Amino acid sequence: MSSDGKTKSPVGLRISATAGLLFLHLPLFFIFLYAFTTEEKSFAFPPPGLTTKWFGVAWNSRPDIWPPLYLSLQVAAIATILALIFGTLAAAALSRSKFFGRETISLLFVLPIALPGIITGIALRSAFDIMSIPFSVWTIMLGHATFCIVVVYNNAVARFRRLSGNLVEASMDLGADGFQTFRYVILPQIGTALLAGGMLAFALSFDEVIVTTFTAGQQTTLPIWMLSELIRPRQRPVTNVVAVFVFLVTLLPILAAYYLTREGEHTGGSSK
Amino acid sequence: MTVAAEKPRGMAGAISDVFFARPQLLTLLLLAPPLLWIGIVYVGSLFALLLQSFYSLDDFSGLVVHEFTLSTYEQLFDGSNVQIIIRTVTMAALVTIASAFIAFPIAYYAARYARGWMKALFYLAVMMPLWSSYLVKVYAWKLILAKEGVITWFAQILHLNWLLDGILALPVIGGPSLSFSYVGTFLVFVYIWLPYMILPTQAALERVPANFIEASADLGAEPGQTFRTVIFPLALPGIVAGSIFTFSLTLGDYIIPQIVGNSRLMIGQAVYTLQGTAGNIPLAAAFTVVPMVIMAFYLWMAKRMGAFDVL
Repeated sequence: MSSDGKTKSPVGLRISATAGLLFLHLPLFFIFLYAFTTEEKSFAFPPPGLTTKWFGVAWNSRPDIWPPLYLSLQVAAIATILALIFGTLAAAALSRSKFFGRETISLLFVLPIALPGIITGIALRSAFDIMSIPFSVWTIMLGHATFCIVVVYNNAVARFRRLSGNLVEASMDLGADGFQTFRYVILPQIGTALLAGGMLAFALSFDEVIVTTFTAGQQTTLPIWMLSELIRPRQRPVTNVVAVFVFLVTLLPILAAYYLTREGEHTGGSSK
Repeated sequence: MTVAAEKPRGMAGAISDVFFARPQLLTLLLLAPPLLWIGIVYVGSLFALLLQSFYSLDDFSGLVVHEFTLSTYEQLFDGSNVQIIIRTVTMAALVTIASAFIAFPIAYYAARYARGWMKALFYLAVMMPLWSSYLVKVYAWKLILAKEGVITWFAQILHLNWLLDGILALPVIGGPSLSFSYVGTFLVFVYIWLPYMILPTQAALERVPANFIEASADLGAEPGQTFRTVIFPLALPGIVAGSIFTFSLTLGDYIIPQIVGNSRLMIGQAVYTLQGTAGNIPLAAAFTVVPMVIMAFYLWMAKRMGAFDVL
């Protein structure tokens, strides 16, 4: 009888589920806490005192933060735009018809996130070496766009599947040409899925570090800046301030993406 | 019917008529740019990498010799390199098992008991850590595991110092502090990849039909029996699907063991140092073949167990 969801869950299950969720969320709290500590040389707990001065320090007297931030924003913006174009094209093509090799091709599009990031990273790195391509914004962007395509593709392909073919046919019957049908019928239907995919792609690119270390050369993106601060700390609370900022910059697109795709994707408690 | 066709429709109309007559052509045109991108940039690079693993490094000049040889693979199966591979695979297996144990109650509760806003809350509670910044999450654990950090403090308050010191004194997995030990590395891996395990497990559990469970109860099974013989076997493909991620991601990661861990390398770190400071691209490439082969085998097994239907 416990299957209908109306009866109460076993206590042991509730405790272990709650403990699991706490394990997932509690650690991030300490990132926030340590942004306010007065101790800059160690991770002493509890913090000896609390201060807000590190936000000022990060803003005013750490010029090394800004160039990586601009670079990260630039890369994320370009990678997102490219991923939106290529991901949508791929989703449209693969969802509109069945053809030989379709399964293989759709596997190909998810490969960049199925294989460990280090493989993507070193593969791109050695390809750049072979072709003597110098490191630049574009080499970073190339790597990011490759795995961002997957995110947009996944979001778009789910929506395309639900897009009714009748609507497209009706539009054609009423005399619209292919472009008009795309503009007035298909685009409004897939728009939110694309927006969501784009935001996730942006968040993913903005904090990517594994592939980036291989494709950046001497350039520093914000995650690479953070990584070097983790290995050789200077003012630890300043790193926390930046971490809080990065956390928020990635969190907001994720929440927005959830809001945009929540209906339909997530039919609660359905058992077919 | 002919009215629409007689209207002057210009270039756009003419082009879309061509596509309407030949839908395959449109599919091809849509598919070409992304396929070329993935094909050239990604698959091309992968092949270039594989090719490199059949070259070798000249020990004297430090330059890559562009001649076909298997000597790099011989080096790969050298004592210390095999150690690195075994260490990494063991870690990946342990992380996968631990994730499955922690993930199951969360997934089970979310799938069978959570309704309405609770359901949305559970979903968000798993999605947020999944997507939020990887490096920030690793950093959080650096703070927690540090010698002067949170865990040590709690151990003191709870008078559990003996337990913490005992764990750190253990031969292989211990170390000077949690943030320089395998225990620490393991904890961070489990934490970072846990959402990847929860989501597919939950998806599999959602698909267990409620009337199966009722039928099992009607036929006289105890709740425990129903769980073992009905629910768990049906959830297994989901757990296997999740394990693809936890296993693969642990195999290839080099940031986590670098920040939280000791000086003994894992595959990812070996690849990173070999291609960077050592300049030994062939051996680095051969090392990346290891996770690729393991994952290919793993994916083949997972497919046989029906894990792909859940993804």
